[in-house]
Amino acid sequence: MTHLFSTDHRTIGRQYLTLALIAVITGTLLSLLMRTHLVWPSWKLPLHGSILPEDYLSLVTLHGTIMLFFVLTTAPQSGFGNLILPSQIGAQHMAFPRLNAFSFWLTALAFAVLLSSPFVYEGAAISGWTAYPPLSAIPSAGPGQGLGMDLWLASIAIFSIASTINSINTLVTIIRLRCKGMTWDRLPLTVWGWFTAALLSVLAFSVLLAALLLLFCDRHAGTAFFIPPGDQVSGVIHAAGHPGNGSPLLWLHLFWFFGHPEVYIAILPGMGLTSMVLANFSRRPVVAYRLMIATTLAIGVLGILLWGHHMFVAGLNPFASTAFSITTLVIALPASAKVLSWIATIWRSRPHYTTAMLFSLGFVSLFITGGLSGPILAQPILDEYLHNTFFVVAHFHLIMAMAGVFSLFAATYYWFPLISRGRLLSERLGRWHFWLTLYGAYNTFFPMHFTGLAGEPRHYAQLTQIPNAAGHLLAATLPLNLHITTSAFILAASQLIFLVNLVRSFRHGEATPANPWQATTLEWYPCFNLPTEPLMAHRPPCQYIVTASGDESFLPQWIEDASVDIKSIKRE
Amino acid sequence: MHPALSIALLPTDASAHGRALDQHLLLNLWIIAALATLAHLILLIGLFAKRNATPRHLWAIEYLPLALLATLFATLGIRAERLWAATRYTGASHEAMQVEATGLQFAWYFRYPGPDATFGITRPQLADASTGNPVGIDPTDPHSTDDIVASELVLPVNREVDLALRAQDVIHGFAVPELRLKQNAIPGETIHIHFTPTAPGTYAILCTQLCGLGHYRMSANLRVLPPEDFQAWLKKKQEAAHQ
Repeated sequence: MTHLFSTDHRTIGRQYLTLALIAVITGTLLSLLMRTHLVWPSWKLPLHGSILPEDYLSLVTLHGTIMLFFVLTTAPQSGFGNLILPSQIGAQHMAFPRLNAFSFWLTALAFAVLLSSPFVYEGAAISGWTAYPPLSAIPSAGPGQGLGMDLWLASIAIFSIASTINSINTLVTIIRLRCKGMTWDRLPLTVWGWFTAALLSVLAFSVLLAALLLLFCDRHAGTAFFIPPGDQVSGVIHAAGHPGNGSPLLWLHLFWFFGHPEVYIAILPGMGLTSMVLANFSRRPVVAYRLMIATTLAIGVLGILLWGHHMFVAGLNPFASTAFSITTLVIALPASAKVLSWIATIWRSRPHYTTAMLFSLGFVSLFITGGLSGPILAQPILDEYLHNTFFVVAHFHLIMAMAGVFSLFAATYYWFPLISRGRLLSERLGRWHFWLTLYGAYNTFFPMHFTGLAGEPRHYAQLTQIPNAAGHLLAATLPLNLHITTSAFILAASQLIFLVNLVRSFRHGEATPANPWQATTLEWYPCFNLPTEPLMAHRPPCQYIVTASGDESFLPQWIEDASVDIKSIKRE
Repeated sequence: MHPALSIALLPTDASAHGRALDQHLLLNLWIIAALATLAHLILLIGLFAKRNATPRHLWAIEYLPLALLATLFATLGIRAERLWAATRYTGASHEAMQVEATGLQFAWYFRYPGPDATFGITRPQLADASTGNPVGIDPTDPHSTDDIVASELVLPVNREVDLALRAQDVIHGFAVPELRLKQNAIPGETIHIHFTPTAPGTYAILCTQLCGLGHYRMSANLRVLPPEDFQAWLKKKQEAAHQ
């Protein structure tokens, strides 16, 4: 019991990662059901029967909500953040250990509430993870808008509180608990990623929480923040019970003010980690270290100024669209600067192809491929054609879901000795896992660009038996959709290798010396328990020396005297 | 080409503004395909080329490519904004044909103002598809008597259309891929878009904003007809309405 409700940040980090692992397995299985139904609509789910349109939409909603909140926010920010961040800045613990445990248990509660929603009368919410009103605001607007929607709101509200608490904890820890010598420009880039993501979380989740409360009031307290007068659903005028002059557009503004920063919350720690892993296995310092800090912060600032690019065709003033188009195009520049720095860091180095390195290279590849369609979608005239098609699904799955998950895999392979107290994941299985996952990721999500260009909209429960000319348009996408579904199964099946690797390596993995990767940051200080004496940072991270004869040596942040024989350290 | 890839092409374009949009879209797609290929090539060369320790100039690997990318994105952005401004900054001309589209779970209804060229008033409490008045036209308004409501959108070719978009219950997305059109219909608001269909044919009208369980089957046909056929269709509709 004392272990379960531990206030030790490493235990809490492991708890968060366990929760994220359960969530990612759940979310993946849901997506496989969706993909199966799309290409074989008559297939019957055992113990359930046919997948009805409302079932499909609740699968979409649960998949998006679980993956975005409980995987892509929870694992990098709360999971690895708790596990690694304090040691990486030379702190013994998080700033508020008990609050830390509290926010984990709130997150677990939020997940439990969300998972309970499919089992209530009329089923889980079907409004998508964006929950646009009035559909989500009027309980009689269809299945899934009753108790299931309330549970969705409750789950995300609890999650918002937990995430805000966790972010405040992260911010205070970084600001107050850095060890001696750990100046701001010596902070590892992962810490900058966590720092910026935490700033964004505090801003964005508080707005989301406010929006959720307003929506809840619209549903149950007779207010009309998001419901216009005269709104008629299924023959009933709802404005009668909702005096006021609401507009659904208010929800879109509030939601996307949260929703866009959210994708950076998910990806910024991964960007930081990629920089550090690439530098580590190239035995090079990160190129343009200070510029990388600046671009991280620039992405954070710009990230809260471009929510309107989700609203080009939503009824926004077209002049506003121009403004949001510019801020969106501008954010492509710090993102490009990061890619250039990654490429420069590995350029003609002598890379060590560990699995963590492979996944970081995969991250760079997916980030380029998925990111480059961003500037296309940033142009309102092109968004007019592509909005809510599978082109957008391809874009955000490549850059956020796949690149995001690749950074999580890199983190897992890289930091596994710190999770398992000195064991390594199998590199042989890791390589299989990497190549199959890369193949699956590209084959699943890249073709979605083409079905999107062909006109396939998102959120369609079926592509066959559609009346009118629409049926003809959608039927053309079926062959490619079959390929996507097959690839999705390959992608999912490849993850079994990872699970086997995890389970085996925890007990039987190769035992490793204290700093197997010759890393330079403080979390690799050569002892698996927390160091008893206070640590001190003596230099920036990623200091490597490669002599002309090819001898490599490295200067960890914790070594005081650079003249000591570095080679002796790695055998400790 | 693999048969599955043949759908990589866009659907045929049937609108006056679509040609410029397609050209700009294809230009963008070629540019990002080239950039993605180039970036991957540099990545691979960097990984496989023999290592050396030549000092790297920051301006050559960071600032110069960044300046080039900034110029590229600015150029594309300006081009895109000119197209966007041409279709969205101003409304339709006075000669444009007036049509209203109303989305409701899970159908589109289209209203023509009739010979008086003015839409009658609608009231939400009167909207009832079962009594043949799905958009809630107020019969006491004199402008409403000649209004025509149809479940398909029929338009004459080569005439500008001023489409007033409304939603009765939840947000719907009005989309005609072949006319390169998309605009959400927001309850409580009337949003105008304008366009000119340029090729006779039957095209798909989709709903592209998740609106409930029937979202995927909320579609209608757009029929673009030669002007004389359109007049004949309109006349038939008017006669049917006044029987």
